[in-house]
Amino acid sequence: MKSNLKNLINKLVIDMSKRSIVELKLPAIPDIELAATKTSEIVAKHMKLSEEKSAEINMALIEACINAFEHSKSKKDIYIKFIVDEESLTIKVIDKGVGFDKSKVKIPNIEKKLKNKRKRGWGLKLINELMDSVEWESSEKGTTVTMKKMKKL
Amino acid sequence: MSSLKNVEEKHDVIVVRTTGYFNNEAGDAVLGVCNEKMENGKSKFLIDMEDSTVVNSIGVSVLIEIIEQLQEIDGAMAFINLAPIVEKTFNIMGITKYCTVYASEDEAIEKLS
Repeated sequence: MKSNLKNLINKLVIDMSKRSIVELKLPAIPDIELAATKTSEIVAKHMKLSEEKSAEINMALIEACINAFEHSKSKKDIYIKFIVDEESLTIKVIDKGVGFDKSKVKIPNIEKKLKNKRKRGWGLKLINELMDSVEWESSEKGTTVTMKKMKKL
Repeated sequence: MSSLKNVEEKHDVIVVRTTGYFNNEAGDAVLGVCNEKMENGKSKFLIDMEDSTVVNSIGVSVLIEIIEQLQEIDGAMAFINLAPIVEKTFNIMGITKYCTVYASEDEAIEKLS
């Protein structure tokens, strides 16, 4: 039992040592999401991800940053964490806004948007389609979106 | 105008060339050109996005507004030189259900005019 635990801890330590973390703090200024994509490109290149995957990550990251600034109704800084391991890139976009109820977000489609005055509201759909997995945690203290792209899939 | 490289007319088709990040400002710039040309009776638009390889959904949403206006006058909007991720974004948002993406400017002008 003790030996199993020791092995497990050793494996975890080895796994953690193979991880790299890059962190960014972005103020709410126009087009600042492009600063995040520059970092993302460097990380993707380091991981030897394909150009296609790198572009998909960039697009999802742009949308997540816009959501964090706009939909959180917050002018506060947002935080981005890139977690690199051997198999995947995980990106966390964290805001300290007022949160949102994901169940109330309608999935957009262009036929309805053509009739509606409001044409926007595509961020969540794009993020879900472009990343391999997406998780949302939201409360009145803020929102964290965790997006993952597998190196091979 | 910094989001637009140039605007020209070819065989009754208005060719709008964008440049840089296609955000809300770029979308509004294209909308402004389209509105002005529609008031002058034009209804065919070709958007060249060769120099706009990065977009966001707010900018692209403005294109939906243009599609809506063009439907009312039986007009058309098409695209050329889309980066793969921009075309994928257009597919996800459904833009390509209403607008054709052409392989070349010549082909686009021929089909639109």
